[in-house]
Amino acid sequence: MNEEKKVAVLKGGPSLERQVSLRSGAHAQEALVRLGHEVLALDVGPELVPELRAQQPDAAFIALHGRDGEDGTVQALLEAIGIPYTGSGPAACARCTDKALAKYLMREAGVPTLDFHFLREPSVRQLGAAHAVADIEGRLGFPLVVKPASQGSALGVKFARASDQLPSAMVGAFSYDDKILIERYAKGRDLAVSVLDGPATDSTRSPPGRTGARRAAPFALPVVEAVPREEDFYDYESRYEIGMTTFVCPAELEADTAARAQELAMEVYTLLGCHGVARVDLMLEAGGDDLWVLEINVVPGLTETSLLPQAADAAGIGFDELTARVLASAWTR
Amino acid sequence: MDRSSSGAGEGRGARPTAHELARYEALFASRTRSMKSSAMREMMALTERPDVISLAGGLPDTTTFEPELYAKLMSHVAAESTARALQYGPTDGMTATVDCIVEVMAAEGTLIDPSEVIVTTGGQQVIDLVCKALIDPGDVIVAEAPTYPGAVPTFGAYQAEVAQIEMDSDGMPIEELEIVLDRLQARGRRPKFIYTIPNFQNPGGVTMSLARRRELLVLEDNPYGLLRYEGEPLPTLYSLDAEVLGSGGGADLVIYLGTFSKILSPGLRLGWAVAPRPVLEKLNLGKQGADLCSSPVTQLFVAAYFNERDPGGGRRWRAYLEQLKVLYSRRRDVMLEALADHFADDARWTKPQGGLFIWATLDERIDTTDLLALARESQGVAFVPGRAAYVDGRSGSSSMRLNFAGVPEEDIREGMRRIGKVVREQLSLIGTLSGSVPSSRNLARGAAEREPGTPPGGEAAQVDRGVAGGGLRAGSPGAGQDAGPGGDDSGLADVVALPRRASEGSARRRRDR
Ligand SMILES: Cc1ncc(COP(=O)(O)O)c(C=O)c1O
Repeated sequence: MNEEKKVAVLKGGPSLERQVSLRSGAHAQEALVRLGHEVLALDVGPELVPELRAQQPDAAFIALHGRDGEDGTVQALLEAIGIPYTGSGPAACARCTDKALAKYLMREAGVPTLDFHFLREPSVRQLGAAHAVADIEGRLGFPLVVKPASQGSALGVKFARASDQLPSAMVGAFSYDDKILIERYAKGRDLAVSVLDGPATDSTRSPPGRTGARRAAPFALPVVEAVPREEDFYDYESRYEIGMTTFVCPAELEADTAARAQELAMEVYTLLGCHGVARVDLMLEAGGDDLWVLEINVVPGLTETSLLPQAADAAGIGFDELTARVLASAWTR
Repeated sequence: MDRSSSGAGEGRGARPTAHELARYEALFASRTRSMKSSAMREMMALTERPDVISLAGGLPDTTTFEPELYAKLMSHVAAESTARALQYGPTDGMTATVDCIVEVMAAEGTLIDPSEVIVTTGGQQVIDLVCKALIDPGDVIVAEAPTYPGAVPTFGAYQAEVAQIEMDSDGMPIEELEIVLDRLQARGRRPKFIYTIPNFQNPGGVTMSLARRRELLVLEDNPYGLLRYEGEPLPTLYSLDAEVLGSGGGADLVIYLGTFSKILSPGLRLGWAVAPRPVLEKLNLGKQGADLCSSPVTQLFVAAYFNERDPGGGRRWRAYLEQLKVLYSRRRDVMLEALADHFADDARWTKPQGGLFIWATLDERIDTTDLLALARESQGVAFVPGRAAYVDGRSGSSSMRLNFAGVPEEDIREGMRRIGKVVREQLSLIGTLSGSVPSSRNLARGAAEREPGTPPGGEAAQVDRGVAGGGLRAGSPGAGQDAGPGGDDSGLADVVALPRRASEGSARRRRDR
């Protein structure tokens, strides 16, 4: 049924999420081979562009997480050399990867997101930003979470209970990015909603390397809940550690809460201009029914235990089918 | 059918077989759940790149071994022992190799009974076999804090509960140890063994008398004993224990771990254990299941090497050891000098009388895992963050382990300069953010290297030492009861910072930046 394509799977690279990316890539490769495609596995490095030019794949399947792969760098390069690629374009990548930018855009559009402030390291040195920290503390209150603006792994995510902890928390986060955000801490349930473009029409008939297939409306997959194995208020980092979390899919939620989470995810997906697939992380705050959008991942993990494949599975979309749909997004731009 | 081709740096292509986790999940042993990776370990996997000056390795410097001697020994083994070298060997090791071990132990001032030795595939295997023989899930091991990072995932894989005890300059403080033991006893628990790495400062007599009083087994992990650069050699715990027993026999509470890795070569993968016979038998059974025997090729290589004599008739291995000691102690001095030059006054570091590493502890407001991310990225330099030496993965967050032995002098200087620069930047930023009053003392040494454009004496270059640091994590370091495993086997490679396959052969390339 599917026309055989030559697909370059881009994975690995020097990002801090290299290991996860290698697993995502390997998993996608297996599915692509089963789907009958010719797979070219590329651990991205200085040879990436020459290799792609030499091999001329019909599409690039992006399984890169973190820097370069998720921030639009690789996407822009692929556009420069005319190779169709999966997922969002450079602009949406930039909007989502920069968590501060994403949150500003959401705030402007009235999408609920936890109150925050944005800070750049040079402004500490050059503009006296340190003198604004007390105002930020006053406005947000403690405890606070400090995050590098663009860093997908647990590294650099810091928790500050009081004023005297904030400077080192900020410097920790600045180690990964000169942009950080300081966010109100909310306790609650971690939810994730993946959004997927509908099945593309005509994708198989469009000649390789050319767009033209029609993009179908996106839809939200069932909500997944990430449940930390050991709840530890102070141990913010372990919530992101591999193996410290179990996943429940579909999440056990009131029907209307689940529906609201899905609507919010769809709204954000459209707002930020995502394409093909994205995962929206939300929080259902304890002691109420407030839903907050935390962040958006334009290259969701595709490992055996990642959230997107689990959510797709719960919607009756197996991993091969999911991979096929993500691949199809290369030709529906 | 494998249709994938390989691209930049990719060794193996995709296999068409289905690898859905669900198909295997039910098969995995429950212990694999405690074999987890962590973001910190994954980051460390990125540090072994040719363009990075790595002070993270656990490596000796194998470039000092004479190529001609290596070739001579290998051809000797090939010509003289073809069939034996290519054959299986006894599980407990070849006699010729055990003789070398007896000789090394004698050089350590420790007399042993050759029948109480088992030759292993590196000292690492001893840690694994001892756990295999002694640890049921939930059993307690008492270890020092910091401990050997490579032991952390092994303890994790056997689901041990590890109580780490923060060391002071004399090693594991005995009062602390007593408190932890009492606390365990109150819960009806008793450690299966105490895991200790003798350092060069602290005499083990106190530890041993306590172990004896409490009837506790000790695993003495001593890879560096012969790499002492100054000061009087200390007796091994093993010999102390044997001495107390008298009768000229072996120890009965100490399992001794030795290795050829640091005095000869880690590539040989040869280590050993000396243990009381009942324990030895279990180690032997465990080893049968693990790998039947350690490689006869490398065992015969060691035997041939230990037979080598100098022109003057002296033992060649002793001469090489002396050569290593001269080289390493010089490198240690270079690193100590560099530390004094580039680290602020409030940093502390060990001044080891031997071994391969310096352990440095910075201002408590600095998290060395974050520091590593920044140093690697912006300066191309790497070290082992302190957390790797803690079983909870969180304590030790302001410390770092620095390898001097395997790194050329100029790289040590340059590497330390780069780390110092990042540390000063971070301290200065913390100081600025704390709204502190500039103190001119702390960063005096860094002043010369201030970023262009930063006003001298300006807030950016200073840090206040009076502001209390904010530890980010709950639980004080080494609080004792840190249970919990960590690491998988890729994590293990990361922790001991083995060379990565791709960069093999380029490890000694000049780094210009
Ligand atoms: C304290 C300690 N124990 C054990 C080992 C294991 O060494 P090997 O397996 O090479 O003998 C090392 C290696 O770095 C070590 O530092």
